[in-house]
Amino acid sequence: MTERIAAAFVPLVDCAVLVAAREQGFAAAAGIELELVKEPSWASLRDHLCIGHVDCAHALAPLPVALTLGVGHFHVDCVAPFVLGRGGNAVTVSNALFSEMQSRASTESFANPMDAGRALAAVVRRRASPLTLGMVFPFSNHNFDLRYWLAASGVHPDRDVRLVAIPPPLMVDSLRAGLVDGFCVGAPWNSLAVAEGLGCIVVTQSQLFPRAAEKVLALRSAFAEQRERLASLLRALDAAAAWADDPANHEALARCLAQPQYLGLPQEIIAATLGGRLKIGAGASVCDRDYLYFHRHGANAPREADGLWVYAQMVRWGQIAPSESAENAAARVFRSDLYRESVPRASGDSHTLVAPFDRVTFASQDVPAYLRQFEMHTPFADVHSF
Amino acid sequence: MTQRALRILIIDENAVRAAILEEGLRVAGNGVADGGALEIHYIRDMTNLLARISGVDPDVILIDLENPSRDTLEQMFQVSRLARRPIAMFVDKSDSAAVQAAIDAGVSAYVVDGLRKERVRSILDVTISRFHAFDRLQCELQQAKSALEDRKVVEQAKAIVMQQRGCSEDDAYVLLRRTAMNQNRKIADLARSLVAAAALLRAGGPND
Repeated sequence: MTERIAAAFVPLVDCAVLVAAREQGFAAAAGIELELVKEPSWASLRDHLCIGHVDCAHALAPLPVALTLGVGHFHVDCVAPFVLGRGGNAVTVSNALFSEMQSRASTESFANPMDAGRALAAVVRRRASPLTLGMVFPFSNHNFDLRYWLAASGVHPDRDVRLVAIPPPLMVDSLRAGLVDGFCVGAPWNSLAVAEGLGCIVVTQSQLFPRAAEKVLALRSAFAEQRERLASLLRALDAAAAWADDPANHEALARCLAQPQYLGLPQEIIAATLGGRLKIGAGASVCDRDYLYFHRHGANAPREADGLWVYAQMVRWGQIAPSESAENAAARVFRSDLYRESVPRASGDSHTLVAPFDRVTFASQDVPAYLRQFEMHTPFADVHSF
Repeated sequence: MTQRALRILIIDENAVRAAILEEGLRVAGNGVADGGALEIHYIRDMTNLLARISGVDPDVILIDLENPSRDTLEQMFQVSRLARRPIAMFVDKSDSAAVQAAIDAGVSAYVVDGLRKERVRSILDVTISRFHAFDRLQCELQQAKSALEDRKVVEQAKAIVMQQRGCSEDDAYVLLRRTAMNQNRKIADLARSLVAAAALLRAGGPND
């Protein structure tokens, strides 16, 4: 018997595992007719997931946490039993901002996030009007990574710059129109901006937080109760992730993702992001095999600590008031147990932690103490006092 | 004390749908607004959206669900410094049926805090019914279009049959209808395959 499962996605390279599951027959082999629904924005994806128009979604890792905690507009209990992709985001700045940063820096190129951050901070200090930077959604690693990096560089994300949310497909056009001075978005949109000569990549997520869970499969808790259906889906996704991660398949994957019903973007740009060979602008390029990946290093297993990291960022930037109950609820969103139950073979894979760029490792066992190390934050009351 | 007019902002790239909604809100008029007048504004062009919304300073924003500007709006509503008054999506936990109905209809509503619930609810009801009315209109238009196409292709098929069999127009139609009935197909579908087959045969064989 064939089960019909509908999954929503936003056009980004890291929807690859869902696309591969459908197009390479992994879903069909597991008895699933996987229907993929393209969404124009994260708000639209969230709405369709919350009211059950779709069974599951390619979601920003912080999204199921926000929904479970009822931060933002909805309160729906969600779980994330599978990580669809790690890494892939980057910060791109306009050519004008890039030359300003270069003129403030001691080096021509930015070898690490601190160099780039210091140069950006120097520009910010000298400007009369604040820079406008795009990110994709309030509950996204893009927002949290950008804020973390800015703060580490001495730029307050709520006082010294203006952050605006823009859905990925509109990001490059916003830079072209001069509505933003830079942005943090997922692949392949940074590479597209570089290819069109609009800006330069200055930092990647893989430099800031190596091996970070970027997109997860999110589902309402009610769907997760249907264990057999979920297990078939996760097994299909695991096989699809292994296929998508293999460099031998990258050309076929890029060709498939390039189709209009998925990304509708040039195949060679997608292929370059899959291989981690990034043109970063001004004639330079980098090679980072772990820029974006789908399966290796135990990528698909969710970790409880990932939910707590999201909770910590929400508290740091005043999206939520700190509370033990919220902390506990956040820790229950990323369900490695559901993953391991469904994909027994994967239990041997272990996920190794790699320190972030500032060497401040996340202490999930004591979030309040972890947060006290940071000088810069935005109190909950500042955001919510009207 | 006289109530200030309730300011409603419609954001929709589809001008026809927006006009249908605006008319619906006007017809319902003071009845829905519960004694107060309604002031309706409309934005079609999404450029510089935030500044234009601030200019209107609406109490209620109605926006189509698929509008990509929603991510930007929601973030703005979260940050008190950017919005003059707090705005929340119309999500009343006791009223999830209304939210579901709105999403089903393809519309989102954002509402200033503190508005009377019944007041918002009546506006939302009109909005949902008008979005559905627009869908029906689209659907009827589509049906009318395909009926016209069906008629055209049946005419073509009749001409082919008349030519092949040397029969009258009426006989050709009877033959088509009977064959369609026997095969349990729609006459237009049969006509389409006939026209396609005839085109193929006309294209000639490999020695042509």
